[in-house]
Amino acid sequence: MSIPLPRGPRPAAPSPASSALTFAWRAVLKFRHVPEQLFDLVMTPIMFTLLFTFIFGGALAGSSTAYLQWFIPGILVQTTVFNTVYSGMGLSTDLSKGLFDRFRSLPIWSLAPFAGLMVGDMLRHSIAGAIILGIGLALGYRPEAGLTGILASFALLLAIGFGWGWIFIVLGLVVRTPMTVMTLGFAVLFPVTFASNIMVDPVTMPGWLQAFVAVNPVSLMTTAMRALMAGTATLGEIGLALLGPAILTALLAPLTLALYRRR
Amino acid sequence: MQEDLAIRARGLRRSFGDLRAVDGIDLDVPRGMIFAILGPNGAGKTTLLRMLATLTRPDAGSAQVMGHDLSEHPEKVRAAIAMTGQFASLDEDLTGRENLVMLARLWGFGWRAAKARAGELLAAFDLAEAARKQVKDYSGGMRRRLDIAASLIVTPGVLFLDEPTTGLDPSARAGVWRLIRGLSAEGVTILLTTQYLEEADQLAGRIAVIDHGRKIAEGTSRELKAQTGSGVLHVTPLDPGNRAIALGILGEAAQADPEGARLSVPVTDDAEAAAHLARLAEAGIRLAEFSLGAPSLDEVFFALTGKEAA
Repeated sequence: MSIPLPRGPRPAAPSPASSALTFAWRAVLKFRHVPEQLFDLVMTPIMFTLLFTFIFGGALAGSSTAYLQWFIPGILVQTTVFNTVYSGMGLSTDLSKGLFDRFRSLPIWSLAPFAGLMVGDMLRHSIAGAIILGIGLALGYRPEAGLTGILASFALLLAIGFGWGWIFIVLGLVVRTPMTVMTLGFAVLFPVTFASNIMVDPVTMPGWLQAFVAVNPVSLMTTAMRALMAGTATLGEIGLALLGPAILTALLAPLTLALYRRR
Repeated sequence: MQEDLAIRARGLRRSFGDLRAVDGIDLDVPRGMIFAILGPNGAGKTTLLRMLATLTRPDAGSAQVMGHDLSEHPEKVRAAIAMTGQFASLDEDLTGRENLVMLARLWGFGWRAAKARAGELLAAFDLAEAARKQVKDYSGGMRRRLDIAASLIVTPGVLFLDEPTTGLDPSARAGVWRLIRGLSAEGVTILLTTQYLEEADQLAGRIAVIDHGRKIAEGTSRELKAQTGSGVLHVTPLDPGNRAIALGILGEAAQADPEGARLSVPVTDDAEAAAHLARLAEAGIRLAEFSLGAPSLDEVFFALTGKEAA
């Protein structure tokens, strides 16, 4: 058996952008080979949209159509936040398979695998968001700010996904199995997405809960999403919505690197 | 640092909680050699390998790999080595080709060069036909070959192989052995761990036996066999009916081969073997065959650790 072992000089180490691009390519390939994962990503939000619009919508907002205007920006936030769990699960799988050991022995920027995960996430958020928005549009949702509103709100959505993604990357690094990442993730995400203004206007909630809803980052993000879609967004609203993701990134990106180096 | 050593380790230690996984190990691995770390499950083989591959930080001790200090220049060590772990470190959702192209890209190859390199390796590792199949559909042997191929995108100075044939069927194992010999013939230093005595005996130029995180013996296969100070005398009586009598004459340490007609007795030297043969001749027991052999590595391991090998 003859094994081709190159003797010449090795290629120069890839740039951070080039290695992140390679990881993104991997994320695209995974979509191609495992299209079922798209189903996991959008099934719950589609069910939520139909359920809330047609069953609760009339009671909550007078009519299903009126409720859609309220609900679609919120369900986009919820979809994105929920889907950040999957990057943590993917990371946990890579770690348990030893794939990260191999990545770690490559001459690449040490954050590149995470940047790659994030790029894959952005792709997932965009696709899932587009599907949910498409269903909303088909059901009669009409963003007042039109295409501009949609593009602006999707940019915010990606920023939200980026910030929240760090939570599950950190969990993926410290928790042993992908299943635990998912269980822990939903244990956190259910309360913060329901105790928010995604589904209903919080005016009927008890005072203590209203106080929580008012500062819940999910509410702040949802408010900004609605405003962007309606074309009424203020800098203050967008700033507040970005505050959560910005803080999460500032705290958790260095922590991710520290945890990764310590392993 | 001697130029002729690929790996030089001194006093490496690593504990996990109360467990002293590696408890002070020295290792000198000459360049170009296949060096085996032999030990039962839980002996500390994987931890030792992971420390040398910069994947686990030692609590104490030092090591140089291809002339680079493990703690001072881990990135230089990383650039000089490749590691194939116990579990295939591949993306199961991707095809074999995609895995290799991805890794070649991460080594800095352009797209075209990465695809060419992936193609070369797939052909050399007899995986060309499976190149477009997802890795999750690969057999154990194919997976292991792809995993080793993934370690050879660029030529490593040292290749670490953690239990390269564990869980493989005999023909897949033979395939991996051929591969390891082929790589060694190309001048790659190979440090492998194994719990199979036969594997170490077959492949390795030198063997370190470790148990409970400590090195209990080291040498060539022949030296290890000699180190236990004994060989084995095998005799086969011409008349199978004489086996019981012969066994009595050879003494309590003698054992009958459960399948064949052969009897075996450990001896310290040739004189003792000759004495046994003389006593059999005196009793009028004619022999169909006799031989004096070095002990098997199984027997060596038993002699060194007082335990059966795993």
